[in-house]
Amino acid sequence: MDFRLTQEEEAFRNEFRAWLRQTLPVDWDPFNQPTFKDPEKIRDAYRAFQKNLFKAGYAGMHYDKAYGGQGRSLMEGVIVSQETGRTCISLAMPGVITHGMALPLIYFCGSEAQKHAFIPKILDGSLLWCQGFSEPDAGSDVANISTMAIRDGNDYIVNGQKVWTSMAHFADYCLLVVRTDPDSRKHKGLSYLLVDMSLPGIEPRPMTQITGEAEFNEVFFDNVRVPVASLIGEEGQGWKMAITTLMFERAMGDVVISAAYETNIERLVQMAESTKTAGKPMIEDPVSRQQIAQAYIEIMALKFHGLRNFSSHVKSGIPGPEGSIGKLLWSEPNQRITEAAIDMQGPAGQIAGGPWSVQNGTWQYAFLRSKGNTIEAGTSEIQRNIIGERVLGLPKDAPRV
Amino acid sequence: MDITLSKTQQNIAKEARRFLKKECPPEVVQEMYSDDPAFTDDLWQKMVEMDWMALRIPEGYGGMGMEQIDMSLLLEEMGRAIVPGPFFATVVLAAEIILAAGTSDQKTQYLKHISDGTIKATLALHEPDGGDDPGYIHMSAERDGDDFLITGTKLYVPDAHLVDFIIIPVNTHVSDNFKNSISLFILDAREKGITISPQPTMDATRKLSTVSLDRVRLSKRAVLGELNQAWDPMLHALQRAQVGLCAESVGGAQRAMEIATDYAKVRVQYDQPIGSFQAVKHMCAQMFMEAESSRSMLYWASWAQDHGDKNEAAIAASSAKSYCTEAFTKVASKGIQVLGGTGFTMDNEMHLYLKRAKANQAALGSPKYHRERVMQILSPLAM
Repeated sequence: MDFRLTQEEEAFRNEFRAWLRQTLPVDWDPFNQPTFKDPEKIRDAYRAFQKNLFKAGYAGMHYDKAYGGQGRSLMEGVIVSQETGRTCISLAMPGVITHGMALPLIYFCGSEAQKHAFIPKILDGSLLWCQGFSEPDAGSDVANISTMAIRDGNDYIVNGQKVWTSMAHFADYCLLVVRTDPDSRKHKGLSYLLVDMSLPGIEPRPMTQITGEAEFNEVFFDNVRVPVASLIGEEGQGWKMAITTLMFERAMGDVVISAAYETNIERLVQMAESTKTAGKPMIEDPVSRQQIAQAYIEIMALKFHGLRNFSSHVKSGIPGPEGSIGKLLWSEPNQRITEAAIDMQGPAGQIAGGPWSVQNGTWQYAFLRSKGNTIEAGTSEIQRNIIGERVLGLPKDAPRV
Repeated sequence: MDITLSKTQQNIAKEARRFLKKECPPEVVQEMYSDDPAFTDDLWQKMVEMDWMALRIPEGYGGMGMEQIDMSLLLEEMGRAIVPGPFFATVVLAAEIILAAGTSDQKTQYLKHISDGTIKATLALHEPDGGDDPGYIHMSAERDGDDFLITGTKLYVPDAHLVDFIIIPVNTHVSDNFKNSISLFILDAREKGITISPQPTMDATRKLSTVSLDRVRLSKRAVLGELNQAWDPMLHALQRAQVGLCAESVGGAQRAMEIATDYAKVRVQYDQPIGSFQAVKHMCAQMFMEAESSRSMLYWASWAQDHGDKNEAAIAASSAKSYCTEAFTKVASKGIQVLGGTGFTMDNEMHLYLKRAKANQAALGSPKYHRERVMQILSPLAM
């Protein structure tokens, strides 16, 4: 057992850290970056950063060179993600679906033509993706999808509505789950399409979330003609592909998130050191000290659980059962930590920005945004069902009569 | 980076589980629970034959010289089985302190006999009014020629009623810096002037005693290591013992989760297994999450004791001690809830887990104490 990086990995990490320092502006402040209130700005910032990564040879670390990747180890891929998460998560965030879902799905399930067409353009930042899963009647019951894709010559005609589609208002492509067999029910008969968002008949309508910004959308599909060549994998195999790719990327995702949250703890300590309450530094208040330490401890549990999971995954090739709890381990602590941060501020906890706010109101934003954490990407309740049924082997809920 | 177990390490756990299933099944623990010494020589001897006492003791002193992580894997299994008796006090507390603080003569004298099972020992750390602060040491030593006369009371001393030797930290030097004032003494438990009074404990598988010393006369030879310089080695050894409690807690949480989950699969109400109801299923899932994430913390803290720098070893031990023991308590509490009325009876083994969980949480620094310790490392300048 060894928690350290190897010498080569450590050298690579230092090299990448130095590159980041050189590339980011001198006065870079990870906590004061544009939000989704300014979608063009964050999209452009993502594209520019990803392009730089690509040019410098840090994009798609563990992907095959034939498709524009670097052909390096998974661990080096993790190092890039960790360091990016630690220093500039806001630049990587708009690409979370692109790199966490679209890229692995195309890499593992796509045809040669699709891999060559999409992977290089994902890696150099020119294609940004959203994913169309949820629908008004298919939330947690995601297999209840009713958006239809009916074959017509060389096209599918797509009709239906998606919802909670993050970044659809500025994405170039959509990873769209549709029902290709109108007589099918539930998991069967679902397929994946790689859909160009500029096609006629697609209309994203941004929805304002409780932070005041619009990160997600309703997306309407009205007789959209999607070429049959956009189908990825086999028709009717969409569900299986979704599950496999999601599991594969989960381990990586947890590692990135924990790196970003570690920075949050440093920021929390800074807050307590630089803010006064009753004329005394907050850091001297025993209750605040307990809260900050608890925050640190929970993030360490996330970090080391993520690394352990990733490590056993690399060794065995299969994600272990410990992977299934990663989502719960980041979403729920993040809610507790951001709430503790504004509680510690006392009356200033009400102020969301301006000169009398604490740390420019970033904790107020983080607190509100965290409420989405236990809903997005599978609610906590769905995660506990998955653990209960698939890991512990408990019986499924039988409908009561 | 490789956070997986080697074949040898997997075998430590496998062998231990097989042994304890046979030698220390729940019926035996339940029997010992209602028994006063909560210990049998027979089980002790068999554990000696398994070489468990020798695991962490260096080869030069008759042991196997293995690392903290190896001990953690063994303790995980012992926690799973709620093994009663002075193994923890002797091997995890006393031996580690002798290892950290003792002179090489003392190591030869004591460690060899700990590793072959012939002596048992414990640490008498806490004092009245000190709470869980290991630095609150007011027991003093009066000099009488070359001897020391020691008077005072030590509390919550694990398994003192069973041991041959007791190690006590004493304040021996009037200095502004208490770190240069602490000495360790190792004394025969039957020394004249010592009274050992077992106290009623919530967890009857881990007995705690009050140890009173009334002008106990000790020679210089009873000083473990260097006079007045015991603070650092003692903290170092305590850290390893704290990680040991984490390991027990992870094993206990794992087993409590399994008992509850197995029950939820077979207990039928409203014509279906209760595990099909989300309210119950989600409790089981939560228990799994607590146990698995605790295990990740345990591995980090264990590894850091042997390979991390001083700060990492300390912050990892304190983080894990707080996290794993609280998690164990949450898991055992939910375990009783899932089992319903059955879980609330003495006949069912779940009570053993709840009681051990609370004992592990309170011993060697409560979560509150350890969170404060974490904070002192995160923000060393304040306070």
